[in-house]
This record gives sequence, structure tokens and C-alpha cells, in this order.
Amino acid sequence: MADMSVKVCGVDFKNPIIPASGVFGYGREYEELFPLDKLGGIATKGTTLHLRTGNFAPRIAETPAGMLNSVGLQNPGIDHFIETELPYLLTKDLVVLANIAGSTPEECAQVAEKLEATDVHMIELNISCPNVKQGGAAFGTSCEMAAEVTRQVRKVTTKPLVVKLSPNVTSIADIAKSVEAAGADAVSLINTLLGMRIDINTGRPILRNNVGGMSGPAVFPIAVRMVWQVASAVKIPVIGMGGVSSGRDAIELMMAGASAVQVGAAIFTDPYAPVRIVEEMNEFLDSKGITSVRDIIGTVKPW
Amino acid sequence: MKYVQGKYIITEKKAIAREIYSFVIACPEVAEIAQPGQFVHIRANGFTLRRPISICGIDKAKGTLRIVFEIRGEGTSEIAKLNEGDLIDMLAPLGHGFTVRKNFKKVVLIGGGIGTPPMLPLAGHYGEKAVAISGFRNASAVILQDDFKKTGAEVILCTDDGSMGIHGFVTQPLKDLAEKGGIDAVYACGPMPMLKNIAAICKENGIYCEISLEERMACGIGACLGCACRTVRNDEEYFAHVCKDGPVFKAEEVLF
Repeated sequence: MADMSVKVCGVDFKNPIIPASGVFGYGREYEELFPLDKLGGIATKGTTLHLRTGNFAPRIAETPAGMLNSVGLQNPGIDHFIETELPYLLTKDLVVLANIAGSTPEECAQVAEKLEATDVHMIELNISCPNVKQGGAAFGTSCEMAAEVTRQVRKVTTKPLVVKLSPNVTSIADIAKSVEAAGADAVSLINTLLGMRIDINTGRPILRNNVGGMSGPAVFPIAVRMVWQVASAVKIPVIGMGGVSSGRDAIELMMAGASAVQVGAAIFTDPYAPVRIVEEMNEFLDSKGITSVRDIIGTVKPW
Repeated sequence: MKYVQGKYIITEKKAIAREIYSFVIACPEVAEIAQPGQFVHIRANGFTLRRPISICGIDKAKGTLRIVFEIRGEGTSEIAKLNEGDLIDMLAPLGHGFTVRKNFKKVVLIGGGIGTPPMLPLAGHYGEKAVAISGFRNASAVILQDDFKKTGAEVILCTDDGSMGIHGFVTQPLKDLAEKGGIDAVYACGPMPMLKNIAAICKENGIYCEISLEERMACGIGACLGCACRTVRNDEEYFAHVCKDGPVFKAEEVLF
């Protein structure tokens, strides 16, 4: 049994696996299947200052080895999160990353400010949601905007601040360097890739929002590449995600430079995926005689 | 325990119409807690998303569930390749089912096309108190009529082209029944235009009505908020979710 614990921004995780924001709600639905303390952490559903109703349906489409979503940040608002969901999650033995979003840098800062008085362990600032018209992806695609929103949130929070990056950019390493300089304690990547499907019988896009975020096994090699590029460019820790569906995938992403790994779409295929992935990682490490999962972080030997 | 995920043996597979299959699945832990109107979320090999399929039969004594589904695309086509003796991966039972009341003396069950299967467990509950109206495109698409007859329900069959049963839509026999009066509830599942018309007829006649909806779905348990449905509750419009708040909704709450 290898030591599976990792430390990110001074926060101890019992294992490196974290269900990604958006797939896992606030954990309650999956707790019906397994105890949440089997997870290293949870990235909660993206939460904004006020309730958001989200986009019209259909919000979901299947793609080859993946899927599209355009939920549009439907959430009950930060006050509800703090009053109802967070206290419950804090009774569990896992790291809580509160994923937050907003239409303006000021709104993001207001949400972060409200979390300052809570015992939440980390803040994951979403500057990369492709499904909202204002804010979201717009922040994540320019170095200046990404830095500005990071600075504003940094000013109001002492919590470890993880900035979640968009892959829909020319150079994700440049964005990562910008948010690092603006005070981010870590970055997480990749959010979904912008995609589209059309029903050829009707000529209509399948998603009512026309376009949506693509995730699932198909995006995994892109995630590996981007995690590697970012980990090589910044000094702060990288939390990797994007199409991870097995322990081997998680190991690969950690070798590319990730200190922890988030699991998203794989949970829709196999609701036990996060738990299974921890077990599979452990088996791999044991088979190689590696005693700590930390020993594989960033160990890729590029040609 | 509200739902479980596991692999269960298919004990019977039948093709009951063109591209429509019936599976009986041995899953005592699921059958034990399943309710009419709930669904199962089935993994299709090689696909990211599971496919939600309504429950067509619950046999608590035998510990089996029955599902009837149509091949709609690649995912359901993959599920249809499974055979007797194979394992089927299900997350089940899911969703909010139909309200079944002992004091209802007469109910009408309406299924349109592949919306017919979830009506069968209700027919099993209500027996002779039920009138089961089913509508299909044509005679070759007709399914489950003998199963409905076995429950003791009165059976009315309609086809769009008149090739079997009444020539026309399910709404005509519903109107006739509604005018005669004495109906305590209408339950329906099928295409949205059909459900919209049924909801309107029930509203006009002051009849309680529940409808089962479908939507493209990811998690199936209310976590991802993918399967949104516009509804009104307490005069407030909001996006409910078909997988958790539904698939069965009070017709008056749904914004068509």
C-alpha cells in the first residue's frame, strides 16, 4: 500500500483524487453510493453571487469518447452554499474546494469575500466556463483579464487560491504565468474545450446553447500536454484534469506535473470512478515498488 | 438506500417490435425498492453517457425488473446487443415516480409510442380501475397490448394511420372519457406535443394529471443539472431536473 497523500498549497489531501466541479454537485447524490471520505477532496458546483437558473435544455450531448455540456452555471448562489452545503461538507473528512464564478472580477471578489469567514479549505476560481455569455471564458482567454480577476480575488481572500484555466487559448502557459504573477497559489486545468454537435436530421445544434464544453476521454491527451506545458512554466502547483478515467490516466497526468487530479465525465460513465481510480493508482505504484504517489509528480523525462 | 449501481444478469431478451427490445433483469435489490415511473440508467459499452430507460415491470417476488426500449441511436443500439445471460450495468432505481393512490376509483393511463412501457406498472397497480390508452404510428409499432389486458385494465389502442385499433390520436378517447366524468387521475408518457394536449384536456376538465418527461441526461441522480425542464412551482419559474425532480411531474407544473 503506497502512501497516497499529497499536499497542495499547504493543504493535506489523503489521496490526490478530487471530483471536478459540476459533475458532483455538492456531493450528496454520490454519498448514496460511497462515503465521501474516500475522496481526497471535492470541487463543488460552480457558485455565483446570486442564484443562476442556467441555460435552456438540451444541455447535454454525447460525442465520440466524450460529451458536451452547456449547463450555464445553474446554482443556488453563494449564500445558500455557505448556509446549507458547506457546513455539511465540512463534517466530512476531505478537502473542500469551493468553485466560484462571476460575471465581473468584482462579482468574483464578492463571492470570495463571503467565503473568507468560513472554514472552506480552498477556493477554485473559475475563469474558464465556456457556457455563460458574460465573464466565465472571457476572463480566461486573455492574460490581462485573467490576471485582473485573480488580483481582485487575491485581495479579499487568505484562502489558498486555485485558478481554473481554459484550454480555449493560444498559450495556456502564458495565462498560467499571468495568474501566478497576480497571486494565484495554484492553477487547475483543463476546463472543457468548446465544441458543437448538429442533428443532421433537423439542422439544429443538439445543445440549445448551440455550443458547449467538451470533456471525457477524448480530451485526455490535450490535458496531458497542457498540464506538462503549464507545470514547466510556473512554480505554483498544478491540479490536473481532463478526460481522466483510470488510475493509469491519473498517474500519467501526475507524471506530466499535476500534484492532484480531478475526475469529471468519467463519473457519469462509472459513478464509482473516483474511488476506483485511487485503488488503481495504488495498485500501479505497488507494482512498481513506488512507496509514495508524491514521487511521481513531474517525473516525465521529455525527449 | 435510494439507488445502487451494479451489474445484473439479463434473464430474458425479446424483440417485441421493429427495433424495440424487452429485457428482464435479475436485480432483487433494485426491484425491492423500485416504484412505477422510475427509470434505470444503463451503461452502453464504449460510450461516456449512460442511457435512461423507464421501468416497464417490477416483480418484487421474483426480484426482477423489466425494461422495454427502442433503438434511438448508437448508445441504445449497443445496449440492444446484450443477450440473455449477459451482465447489464445499471444505476437504479432513479427519479421521482408516479403517485399511486388506493382511493382513486378510475384512472386513465396514456402511452405514446415508446412512452407506453412506463404505463404498465401503473396498470398492474390499478387493474380494472384503469383504462390504458396507447398510441402508435402504425400496426408494426404496437407493443404491450396483451400485457395491459392481463392486468385487467380496459385497453384502447390507437394508430396514427388506422392500421390497427382506432384511427387517430390518443387524445380523442381521452376527451370522450373526460366528458363522461368520474376520472380521478390521468397518467401519461410520450412525445411532448401529445403530453401538452393531454395536460390541456385535463386542465379543462379539472382532472389531476401526471406526465413523465425525457431529456438528454448525464449523471441521472441530480448532481450535474444537465437534464433541465422548465417548470412552475409556487408561481415561480425554475429549471427542475428530469432525473431527480422527475421524470414524473404534475402536468400543471410543466411549461411546454
